[in-house]
Amino acid sequence: MSGIGTGYDLSASTYSPDGRIFQVEYAHKAVDNSGTAIGIRAKDGVVLAVEKLVQSKLLVPGSNKRLMTADRHIGVATAGLLPDARHLVNRAREEAQNYRDFYRAPIPGKMIADRLGGYVQAYTLYSSMRPFGVSTILGTVDRSGPALYMIEPSGVYYGYHGCAVGKGKQVAKTEIEKLKLTQLTCREAVKEAARIIYVVHDDVKDKEFELEISWVCEESKGRHEFVPKDLVAEAERLAKASLEDEMDED
Amino acid sequence: MEVMESARLKPGEVNLGTTIMAVKFKEGVIVGADSRTTTGSYIANRVTDKLTPVHDRIFCCRSGSAADTQAVADIVHYYLQLYTVQEGERPPVETAANLFRELVYQNKDALSAGIIVAGWDKYKGPSVYSINLGGSLNEQPFSIGGSGSTYIYGFCDANYHDGMTKEEAIKFTKQAVALAMSRDGSSGGVIRLAVITEEGVERHFVPGNELPRFWEG
Repeated sequence: MSGIGTGYDLSASTYSPDGRIFQVEYAHKAVDNSGTAIGIRAKDGVVLAVEKLVQSKLLVPGSNKRLMTADRHIGVATAGLLPDARHLVNRAREEAQNYRDFYRAPIPGKMIADRLGGYVQAYTLYSSMRPFGVSTILGTVDRSGPALYMIEPSGVYYGYHGCAVGKGKQVAKTEIEKLKLTQLTCREAVKEAARIIYVVHDDVKDKEFELEISWVCEESKGRHEFVPKDLVAEAERLAKASLEDEMDED
Repeated sequence: MEVMESARLKPGEVNLGTTIMAVKFKEGVIVGADSRTTTGSYIANRVTDKLTPVHDRIFCCRSGSAADTQAVADIVHYYLQLYTVQEGERPPVETAANLFRELVYQNKDALSAGIIVAGWDKYKGPSVYSINLGGSLNEQPFSIGGSGSTYIYGFCDANYHDGMTKEEAIKFTKQAVALAMSRDGSSGGVIRLAVITEEGVERHFVPGNELPRFWEG
């Protein structure tokens, strides 16, 4: 079957005549087909949320977590190939620990983002390895305050006030843009994040999903933790209620 | 374990038998030192500068082997420059002190270095850290080091108090170093001081004929 990049898309070490590296673009596609992940940087911290698509009813609810911790103050949300994500988070943990051993201080958000960006980019250079099929959202709180970064399969990364990856990223981005992020507290951001994940979930195409939501903020004393169950339950209740409101408007 | 630094120098090595000190005051730190470098009983350099900047607002005072401390200070200077370009801001004094500590500890068998790190950063303000021969790190309001320091422990304990003004701290350091120089054969020459605050670094110099004088018998 001939596709878009025929002939120039067999290895990451080949450019196409119009200057594209198709293998990296295909890696992006792997991300776009996975469950949505969003990050919101609020006034006093960062909130990460994931639409965890449940493949089978036999899976234990609350297991197989998608949100991971790379250091006490670093939370990681990913979209794309989960094994690739685990590998990247392992690397992030090593980098964070190395920094601590050397400087006796926690690694700042922009440094860990830079290191991971460099690491991901390295896999876009060789024909013998495939690029990472994940987009990684990093939420950190360091001496300079909260920071949110996203690293794409090409290795490029930017700092954000709010970002979204995965299936529902367009809808999610539109919703996030409506928020006044500089005035939001983390508690409010948790409710918004939950609502956005519910909005984004497509009941027709996908089956069940679980909401995973975590934060790094003043309330969690600068540590990456899963949001307390009562707050999550409240946020989910509000999210479901607002969804019904929207449907009633028709 | 070991007694004095001079006992551990390798053959032919030049000794910073020394008096060094660093004092924290309200807005910054003062670092002070004598200026004598000896090889045995010969004074190889009588106007040494033992106060070495490793960054804009971070100094280290060197005692022990001159070669070892210069080499370690150069390495830390390199890492702090790298830190500055990567992180886009000045390194905290604690980071610099930990870099010294890591080098001294990991190479403790080969090195003979007693170092005091002092400076100003925007997170903690002024701070003083001392690293001894074994590579242990201690943060202190003031610290004295080198062979001459043993003679001034009493003076320093009696005269230091928290929250000194700049002038009080300068006087305290000058007097302490002068007293040590007058009793320790391995310390002497001139007194060099540096005052480090948020605004910058001021260097002071006290020539040998203008040293504070005390009871001389």
